[in-house]
Amino acid sequence: MAFTNDQLERYSRHIILKEIGVKGQKRLLNGSVLIVGAGGLGSPVAAYLAAAGVGKIGIVDADNVDLSNLQRQIIHTTDDVGKPKVVSAAETMRAINPDVEVKTYHEYLYSGNVMDIVKDYDFVIDGTDNFPAKFLINDACVLTKTAFCHAGVIRFQGQLMTYVPGEGPCYRCVFKDPPPKGAVPTCREAGVIGAMVGVIGSLQAMEAVKYLTGAGELLTGSLLTYDALTNQFRKIKLPKDPDCAVCSDHPTITEPIDYEQAACDFDPKNPLSE
Amino acid sequence: MKITVSGEAATVQDGITVAKLIAERDVENPQYVTVTINDDFIHSDDFETKTLSEGDQVEFLYFMGGGR
Repeated sequence: MAFTNDQLERYSRHIILKEIGVKGQKRLLNGSVLIVGAGGLGSPVAAYLAAAGVGKIGIVDADNVDLSNLQRQIIHTTDDVGKPKVVSAAETMRAINPDVEVKTYHEYLYSGNVMDIVKDYDFVIDGTDNFPAKFLINDACVLTKTAFCHAGVIRFQGQLMTYVPGEGPCYRCVFKDPPPKGAVPTCREAGVIGAMVGVIGSLQAMEAVKYLTGAGELLTGSLLTYDALTNQFRKIKLPKDPDCAVCSDHPTITEPIDYEQAACDFDPKNPLSE
Repeated sequence: MKITVSGEAATVQDGITVAKLIAERDVENPQYVTVTINDDFIHSDDFETKTLSEGDQVEFLYFMGGGR
C-alpha cells in the first residue's frame, strides 16, 4: 500500500515520529478498533482514532444524543440532539477523516452479540458507564483473545488499564465481580467533569495507537489512576490472579454473562445507558 | 511502624490489620475495595486477619464505573 500525497500530508506528524514512521502509519491504516459507548470516554477516542487514520472503527451504542450529554460528549453537537449516538459519532469521524471506514452498531451489547462483534477488531475500547458492560467486555475480550483498554471515571478521578492476551491481568483479576446494584455510584449520581473523560479517553486512544503501532509500553499489568483535584497520576502495579474466573488456566467462566443492571441506571431501551 | 499507602509514607500501629487500615483511612465503599500489598492481591476474606509489616506498600484499587 502506497500513501497518496494527501495521506502523506495528513499523517506527516505521525510519519516524522521515529516510533511511528511510515510503517506505524500503515499499521494504523490497516488496523481496526471497536469503541463501546459513544459517550464521554468514547468521544475523544473516536475523534483521535479517526484523525489518526485507524482504518476501521466500529462504534456501539443503542442510545440517542441527549442535551445532558453535550457537557462532555464532544463527538456530538447541539444539532445532533435526538439522533442515534452512533450516527452522530460516525458523521463526525467521517468529517474528520474520510480515509476511515466507520461501522455503526445501534444496538445493545449483550452476551448474544458481544463475541461476534468483538472478534472482528484488533483492539477494543471500553467506554461504557456501568459494571455489567465492563465485565461483559472483559470476558468477551479474554475469550476471543482480543486486547482491550478498560477505563472508568467518577467525579474527579479516573483509571485505566490495558489487557493483552497472555501478557497480564484482566479486569476480572483485579475486580472479581460487579458490585451489587447501586453499591458504587455512577457518574449520573455522582457527577463528572467533561475534561475528566477527555483526559482518560485520550489516554485510551493512546493505548490503541501504541497497541496497533507497537510503539512504547502499554498499561498491561498496571492501573493508571488520575486525580484531577491533586494533579496526581499514579501507575499501580497489578499482578495476575492465578485463580481468575476467566483468564486463568482453570476458568469457570467460559461464555459471556449478562449481569443485572444497577436499578437506578436501568433504561430498558438501552442496557448500556446511564 | 512505617508503611506506604497509595504511594505516600504513613505511620501506623505495629501489626495493624488490613481491615483496621481500611477503617482508619476512611476508604469509600470499603466492602468493594481491592487491596494489594507489595504488588500481591489480598483476598477480602483475609482483610480481618492479614497484618501489615514495616515497609509494606499498600494500594487501594477502586471500582470506577462511569464513562458515558
